[in-house]
Amino acid sequence: MTAIASSINAFRGVASSVPDATRPVETAAQSRLEVASKKIEVEKLHAFFGTAEVLKGIDLPIYSTKVTAIIGPSGCGKSTFVRCINRMHEVTRNARTTGRVLLDGRDIYARNVDAVTVRRRVGMVFQKPNPFPTMNIRDNVLAGLRLNGLSTRDGETIVEQSLSRVALWDEVKDNLGRSGASLSGGQQQRLCIARCLALEPEVILMDEPCSALDPIATARVEALINELRERYTIVIVTHNMQQAARVADFTAFFYMGELVEHDQTKVIFTRPGNQRTEDYITGRFG
Amino acid sequence: MEDASYMRRKLVDHAVRGACFIAALLAVVPLFSVLYYVASKGAGGLNLAFFTELPKPVGEEGGGMANALVGTLELVGLACLFAMPLGVLAGIYLAEFRESKLATVVRFSADVMSGVPSITIGIFVYTLVVLSTGHFSALAGGIALALIMLPTVTRTTEELLKLVPEELREAGLGLGVAKWRVTMRVMVRTALPGIATGVMLAIARVAGETAPLLFTAFNNRFWGGALDEPIASLPVQIYTYAVSPYEDWHRQAWAAALVLVTMVLVLNVTARVLVRHRVRAR
Repeated sequence: MTAIASSINAFRGVASSVPDATRPVETAAQSRLEVASKKIEVEKLHAFFGTAEVLKGIDLPIYSTKVTAIIGPSGCGKSTFVRCINRMHEVTRNARTTGRVLLDGRDIYARNVDAVTVRRRVGMVFQKPNPFPTMNIRDNVLAGLRLNGLSTRDGETIVEQSLSRVALWDEVKDNLGRSGASLSGGQQQRLCIARCLALEPEVILMDEPCSALDPIATARVEALINELRERYTIVIVTHNMQQAARVADFTAFFYMGELVEHDQTKVIFTRPGNQRTEDYITGRFG
Repeated sequence: MEDASYMRRKLVDHAVRGACFIAALLAVVPLFSVLYYVASKGAGGLNLAFFTELPKPVGEEGGGMANALVGTLELVGLACLFAMPLGVLAGIYLAEFRESKLATVVRFSADVMSGVPSITIGIFVYTLVVLSTGHFSALAGGIALALIMLPTVTRTTEELLKLVPEELREAGLGLGVAKWRVTMRVMVRTALPGIATGVMLAIARVAGETAPLLFTAFNNRFWGGALDEPIASLPVQIYTYAVSPYEDWHRQAWAAALVLVTMVLVLNVTARVLVRHRVRAR
């Protein structure tokens, strides 16, 4: 606990506090409402694989232009949760959901909503970098537009903008014709983020985006998340608690398909309200 | 004691390695002896006339197999025309809907069909096409070859699509791309070099088929380019000439065999090179 707490405090410049003793009077929820509006509201979300229920009624707000981290031990449903936010969960065979996910107040699971349009507004970055191997770097960035049959008349501008935003432009600008697969793992992941940004999404879901990367590449992606938070609403799944502490404004702790606790990151890591959260972040299990 | 067991392991290792080496050597002996035999016997029969002239009437020396060469190309072309779109699309269906009931049935049928002797396919097409139209035809021959190609093309397409990582599908879907576009422009596109290889191997196989052509395309001593006429082909011509009593025809049969083997070899090698390129691109 102390190790993590001090690392957060060092990072955020928050004065070290004694857990529990100095708990603020105001409720955490109230303080949250002041900082941002809700981009997404998840209501009573249940997710199933066949008959197995992997999410058991999740209620969670996701705030606009903030970074929300989802943490929890393996198998707690955190990946499934983000995949429900852009309707990727239903791509898996026998997978289904109940409940509502409101994006700007509209339920993305409503009957007249097309999953394809949802996914254009809610982009996704995956655990393993997955650039298209048949395309070069330029085409990978434009893949979202091309594959959707959209115009790429401003292609060059979009490529430069997107790659600059992920700080990859200087590294690849002379080799845009090379295969995306020729890049290093960290560069590939940033290319995938650029590919996602090229479609101008409103929300970006990141499913353990750094778990296949080395520490240096991880640091770059984290720095990138810090930049992106100004324009985008970001949800990041991570099994790395330090990472959550470093990048997230809000953190949600999932356990066995349930949301145990959701609060501002500094509260979760310094004064968790739930014993299980504290046990997890102090490394007693997980 | 440890030394003894080490020596024993080493001995067994050498013995097994030696046996494998000899077996591998023996396995290529037939291939190379066929190639050598065909080349040495066939080279003498090759000349310009062989590629440009029609067969001469019985008893007359000379002439060539130009019609059979073109005929083989036409038949194989027809077979591709029928089998490629059907096989590739069926393969896509099998890979995309792999657990549907229909897929199970189609997959099983394709496997059974690829084991059916080619002469059976010939008889089937004879009954279905030749008897109903009343005459042998290039069309019937093309259909027979297509039926032989079909299961190979279908199953290769399916297997190669299955090799494409699912992450790429998710990447496409995650970008808000419709499912059919992801299938065609990501999955099939990625598997394309492999699918092309599978198609080429299937072509190489049917190019040398004789049995299914005997009662479908039959044979033709003249050009016969039309779809509803009988048509000559290299394998059938080889068969006809080889069983004839004439020395000159035997010579030409060997030459035709050499041309056919070369064609198949070139197709095979091209297919392998394509595969190697694909692997290197990874």
